[in-house]
Amino acid sequence: MNTHPMKLKIDGVDVECSEGSTILTAAKTVGINIPTLCYLEGLTPYGGCRLCLVEVSGTNKLFPACATPVASGMEVTTQSPKLHEYRKMVLQTLLAERTHICSVCIANDHCELQTQTNQYGVDHVFYERNWSCNEIDSTHDFLVIDRNRCILCTRCVRACDEIEGVHTLDLKFHGKNTDVIMDQDELWSKACSCTSCRKCAKVCPVGAIYVEGENIEYTKDPQVIAFIVERRKCLK
Amino acid sequence: MVDNKILILPVTRIEGHAQITIYLNDDDTVKEAHFKVTDFRGFEKFTEGRPFYEMPSITSRACGICPVSHLLASAKACDQIVGIDPPKTAVKLRRLIHMGQMIQSHALNFFHLSSPDLLLGFDSNPTQRNIFGLIEREPELAMRGIRLRKFGQDIIEKVAGKKIHSSEWIQPGGAKWPLTQERATYLRDSLPKALDATQKTLNMYKQMLDGLQEEVTNFGNFPTYYMGLVTPNGNLEHYDGQLRIIDPNGAPAIECIEPTKYPDIIGEAIEPWSYMKFPYFRNIGYPNGVYRVGPLARLNIASHCGTPLADEALGEFKKIGKNSPVQSTFHYHYARLIEILFCIENTKRLLTDPDIQSEHISAKAFVNNTEGIGIAEAPRGTLIHHYKVDPQGMVTWNNMIIATEHNNLAYNMAITQVAKKYVKKRELHEGMLNRVEAVIRAFDPCLSCATHAIGHMPIDIQLVATDGTLLDHKTR
Repeated sequence: MNTHPMKLKIDGVDVECSEGSTILTAAKTVGINIPTLCYLEGLTPYGGCRLCLVEVSGTNKLFPACATPVASGMEVTTQSPKLHEYRKMVLQTLLAERTHICSVCIANDHCELQTQTNQYGVDHVFYERNWSCNEIDSTHDFLVIDRNRCILCTRCVRACDEIEGVHTLDLKFHGKNTDVIMDQDELWSKACSCTSCRKCAKVCPVGAIYVEGENIEYTKDPQVIAFIVERRKCLK
Repeated sequence: MVDNKILILPVTRIEGHAQITIYLNDDDTVKEAHFKVTDFRGFEKFTEGRPFYEMPSITSRACGICPVSHLLASAKACDQIVGIDPPKTAVKLRRLIHMGQMIQSHALNFFHLSSPDLLLGFDSNPTQRNIFGLIEREPELAMRGIRLRKFGQDIIEKVAGKKIHSSEWIQPGGAKWPLTQERATYLRDSLPKALDATQKTLNMYKQMLDGLQEEVTNFGNFPTYYMGLVTPNGNLEHYDGQLRIIDPNGAPAIECIEPTKYPDIIGEAIEPWSYMKFPYFRNIGYPNGVYRVGPLARLNIASHCGTPLADEALGEFKKIGKNSPVQSTFHYHYARLIEILFCIENTKRLLTDPDIQSEHISAKAFVNNTEGIGIAEAPRGTLIHHYKVDPQGMVTWNNMIIATEHNNLAYNMAITQVAKKYVKKRELHEGMLNRVEAVIRAFDPCLSCATHAIGHMPIDIQLVATDGTLLDHKTR
């Protein structure tokens, strides 16, 4: 791999990083925090939630920082009134898409979507809410999926595929009909490829996948993915 | 014949929204009065399809005043679904948090909602007849009430993490975290002041009673059945125990049955003019099977409280009834103060229990039964949560009978009695209507719960003829 250093500016700060780095990882090296939801260190970037959109000088287009490779000479802006409004809009659309009622959610106070909405001051949703009413699948011995709270970030799908290596979870359909499924759209108890490893519950940023009867703060452990990836590198 | 009615909409200084319609005869005397609850919330329906273990969190949102009672009744129903008994420390902590709930809710009703009537007068200026007027006129008493309520809320916060909606703490099979030494010590240190405030208020109230005999006689003073939970030896009970119903003479009508058998003794009727259900005593039938629940009922059915100071106060209280139940709804206030005293003594007992700080507070299991019934004594009376679930634990059916609902038939009798005494002319007097409202306040209904609302409550009173003619109109 070419490790030719790339020089760019992020929020006016000179940054030097290796080729192939993304704007998000480059920003992290200089302590600039860009908000994310679907991104999780250790998994392939997905660029689905659009919360990490940033401005790049020379173009009007916004780029997802998690999935955009750096280029020499790039000038990136991560915080601006325009981006702030975009991020608020993204959060509102996520809230409007399904049924999110924090007060009675199992992930209340331990939810990344809730943290971001609080941080961005999203106290109202100005879009018509869908109020989805999907059946909850709790047929697994201890894992439960409530698709009404799913934000389709695909962290669970990617963790299941890339880290556990079984690909039990995937997506079906497109657009507003998209849903996370198990095997061939089976009930979880019938999904024989599932190893019950709990990684899906550990990485879920909201209260969509959880372990029944377990305190959510003990279940959630998204950093475990980066830990596993690093350990595996050591084994090679 | 012209049939007229007076509308009090909404009723003020209660928890939730309601209206009172007073129907008049041709000679302007009162025919009857209806207490109407005007909100629909639908908890029983929209919880269908949710996992049973979410029920404490969801159902407790029915009310910001007594969420702990909902949490407990709901958790007890969930305990039955998983088929396990929580560890003894969890039960004691649940009892402790419930003591906090009782103290803060009773203090809210007595000091914030009812005292303005009792101390400033039923006919006093309505702009002053509120907690702020009370602070101005009786600052020491008002502060006592505020501090007592704070003490109740402190118990809830120290045990369960938050003063209101501390639903994360409770779970089927027990609770999530133990009581720390530091928090237990804080609560123990707060006890003497709370006890002193309660005793002072109880003594003050007893002295005031002589001047309130007219209200005592006319505020919902009629014989009914009474229902509540008692301990196996017939003492006052708030968390567990067995159901007892006594008849208007004080004789047992239903003696200590398992609460899960409630459907055998309580029927539920509906009327087209109210969103609140009309529970009735099945042995008598509807609509005559009127029974009351709440502090007055609990003290009427209990043989003893089980704590020294409260037992002494109960002895004095029972003398009012002269070997029969105390029938005047006005004495709910008295009963409420005695219950606060009991709760403070019981809080002390629980906080000095060697088990209270044990860390063994949770037993875990999955769905073992497809039905669960949880019953606890909420501040306003017997609270019933009854769930049915599928084998995966998703709720398929939910029936909740809220304390306030049990008293529904009695509300209508009480407001009719008060209206007949005080409402005699077509011309409306604010003080007269306030008395009609005050009898409802004595019950301390929580309509947010009973409709399974919150909000500001300006009052709008209309006198309307059956042909729709507005005869008189007052707002405040």
